[in-house]
Amino acid sequence: MSDNAKTAAKIDRDSIGNTLFVAIGVSLICSILVASAAVLLKPKQLQNEEEYRQRIILDVAGLYEPGADIGALYASIEETTTELASGESAPVYLVMDGSQIEQVILPIEGAGLWGTMYGFLAVENDGNTVRGLRFYAHGETPGLGDQVDKPAWREQWQGKKLYDANGNPQIEVVKGPAPDDSEFEIDGLAGATLTGRGVSVFVRHWIGDEGYGPYLKSLSEESP
Amino acid sequence: MSDARKVLIDPLVDNNPVTLQVLGICSALAVTTSLLPALLMCVALTSVTALSTATISSIRHRIPNNIRIIVHMTIIASFVIVVDQLLRAYAFETSKQLSVFVGLIITNCIVLGRAEAFAMKNSPGLSFLDGLGNGLGYSAILISVAIIRELFGGGTLLGYRILPLVTDGGWYEANGLMLLPPSAFFIIGLLIWAIRSWKRNQVELPEHRIHSVHRTEIL
Repeated sequence: MSDNAKTAAKIDRDSIGNTLFVAIGVSLICSILVASAAVLLKPKQLQNEEEYRQRIILDVAGLYEPGADIGALYASIEETTTELASGESAPVYLVMDGSQIEQVILPIEGAGLWGTMYGFLAVENDGNTVRGLRFYAHGETPGLGDQVDKPAWREQWQGKKLYDANGNPQIEVVKGPAPDDSEFEIDGLAGATLTGRGVSVFVRHWIGDEGYGPYLKSLSEESP
Repeated sequence: MSDARKVLIDPLVDNNPVTLQVLGICSALAVTTSLLPALLMCVALTSVTALSTATISSIRHRIPNNIRIIVHMTIIASFVIVVDQLLRAYAFETSKQLSVFVGLIITNCIVLGRAEAFAMKNSPGLSFLDGLGNGLGYSAILISVAIIRELFGGGTLLGYRILPLVTDGGWYEANGLMLLPPSAFFIIGLLIWAIRSWKRNQVELPEHRIHSVHRTEIL
């Protein structure tokens, strides 16, 4: 036993004074430790988040290749905004083919089962055909709702149509498997019916009149 | 065997926290679908256990009995948050896969168990080795399970293709069960069986024994 420990052992460690001393001391030191780690590492984490967001945008557009320089690839994407029905301006990411818009990438978010899900929806220049959907942040149940991240499920979105012939949003995550020839239906996720329902609701909201609906319609009128 | 050697080596097989004490099973099921997140989880848990047991041991003579558990939790939680922040800064992709499980190290019975059972009674140096040993014991099991699951579930190790899949023109049909949580239960169960067949002294005595009693005996 060191000298230090011997003197400490003489202190009545269960006294109120010592209890308060240890409680306050430990809390203080631990909070300084935690706070400095959070502050010091923040810039690096934000940079990671931003790179991750860019990568998801490239990925949903089908432009991402593993190992490629994300910054260089992302430079080819144009960021613009569009005005929503509420008067707010919302970001839109354009993938250009020469002077023509090749596809648009729309940020979407909405309630899943446990919390807000954040993602991107890529739509072809006809304003109707889906290129891809991918979430970059969500709090869905691991193993159930987080299957929205599985490539097999995400790939189903490719080629689906958002609207029927009358321009009404029709895309939907159904319960159970979707019919093979369905234009609008996506397989439900086993054990995650509520996540799927949430995704259906907010995707339809974002492509509807209050979301990017008018923007997508203007796109389909412009495209050849 | 010297004390230091014993506290470091013992938890690897003879007193393994997962297979003998059956602790930390939750994360062993959750993060072992592939090897890389499992490795990262092992580093996180081992460093948290070693650092927190050493810290707790160094102030063990001052920690009041009434609030000792909450003091342990505060120290453990702080190290977990620091480790989590570090992973988010320097191993971003993999830390996303680990999601909540790094945070859940706070509630991992191995960490609190070592703090309460060992660090409160032993010197900081020895407690550090004990934490390290238990972390490594946990890691040994996690890595074995993750190797089996990633290899047979996807035919890869650390993302490198080892077994060519049928879908890519190879011969190996991926075993989807390996990627689901129950497979970790089976693998850990088989590991426990294997270790206890090798080290017979780990076999627990049955708590209840079925034996025939003649009806006249109970009267």
